[in-house]
Amino acid sequence: MQYWRKPLDADRIQIPHGEIHIVRDRCKGCGFCVEYCPKDVLELSSQFNIKGYHPPEAVNADACVHCQLCELLCPEFAIFVTLKEEEQTVEG
Amino acid sequence: MKKNAGNVPEHPMENLLRMDRIPHIWCSTCGIGTAVSCFIQALQNFDYPLDKIAVVSGIGCSGRIAGYIKLDSFHTTHGRAIPFATGLKLANPELKVIVFSGDGDLVSIGGNHLIHAARRNMDITVFCVNNFIYAMTGGQCAPTTPTDANSSTSPYGNFDHPFNIPLLVGSCGATYVARWTALHIRRLTRSMQEALEKPGFSFVEIIAPCSTLYARRNRLGTGLDLMKFYHDNSVIQHGAPLESLDIQFQKKIIVGKFIDKKRPTFLEAWDQYLGKKLGDKFISAEKGIRAA
Repeated sequence: MQYWRKPLDADRIQIPHGEIHIVRDRCKGCGFCVEYCPKDVLELSSQFNIKGYHPPEAVNADACVHCQLCELLCPEFAIFVTLKEEEQTVEG
Repeated sequence: MKKNAGNVPEHPMENLLRMDRIPHIWCSTCGIGTAVSCFIQALQNFDYPLDKIAVVSGIGCSGRIAGYIKLDSFHTTHGRAIPFATGLKLANPELKVIVFSGDGDLVSIGGNHLIHAARRNMDITVFCVNNFIYAMTGGQCAPTTPTDANSSTSPYGNFDHPFNIPLLVGSCGATYVARWTALHIRRLTRSMQEALEKPGFSFVEIIAPCSTLYARRNRLGTGLDLMKFYHDNSVIQHGAPLESLDIQFQKKIIVGKFIDKKRPTFLEAWDQYLGKKLGDKFISAEKGIRAA
């Protein structure tokens, strides 16, 4: 059973999309961004960076909605998101 | 530092960081870096000329913050961040002076300075990173270490009662008191911005995970596990009575904004009181400082 309805302005609202940039060699592999990304975009990669940590990688990059949570949560200033210019409307 | 291949834009916080000192010394899963990125975000939202902002830190892990921020910043002696900031503010009242330091620095050795700056309502903003332990010197027991917690100087657990920092500064007359954990990034950023805008002594306590000493000695996992603990056990209660804000070992943490009031600052009180007492002989604080 569906308890919610379609928002009245759903046709006008555009979900932004972000492009994730990871500064791999600055990462210390804490995993905060992986744990708290609301869209589960990130995953720790199996590769090592220059310090021997596993930096994250964007496995589901299209799902990013440019919330910038990873950017603010990262203690190493190693991940940030820029807004993708392309426009896309909400479906359903 | 080598960047990713291709034409990668610059990290948006790089303009406020001393990039030649990054990567910083904080351990993996430490929460201080998150507190700094929230602070930089708050500074970017806060409309104030950057050459009129000064950041002062004391000693400790959090004492390194001043060294990483690309503003007028000062790394002072142990516990003396607030007196240094007081001097800066009084010598140049145009400055926005921010003290960003740790619990071991501000509350233990600098405890007396903290309560007197709050009592006088000195117009400075204090951000206190509380990781419950003296982290840089090897995990000694701090005045904020919760009862029962293990540290290198309390190997059988701590029997002392820890400081309730919001109660301490609130009872001394601080005009803005809030507490957040390093996980409440949006609320912490907004709270930091409010504290920066607030005239008078504004204080924000940031509870941050210490993975290498506090979490390891108490077998709590990593900083990420402590973040998960904050996620499950922090309760937002704005305006909660200050007496209820005690932190017990691995029990719920009450966070929120507890005090937001108005009170004449040190310089305002100076002008009001001495202006009335001295009459024509009176020179206002600002004028006096300009002349000197």
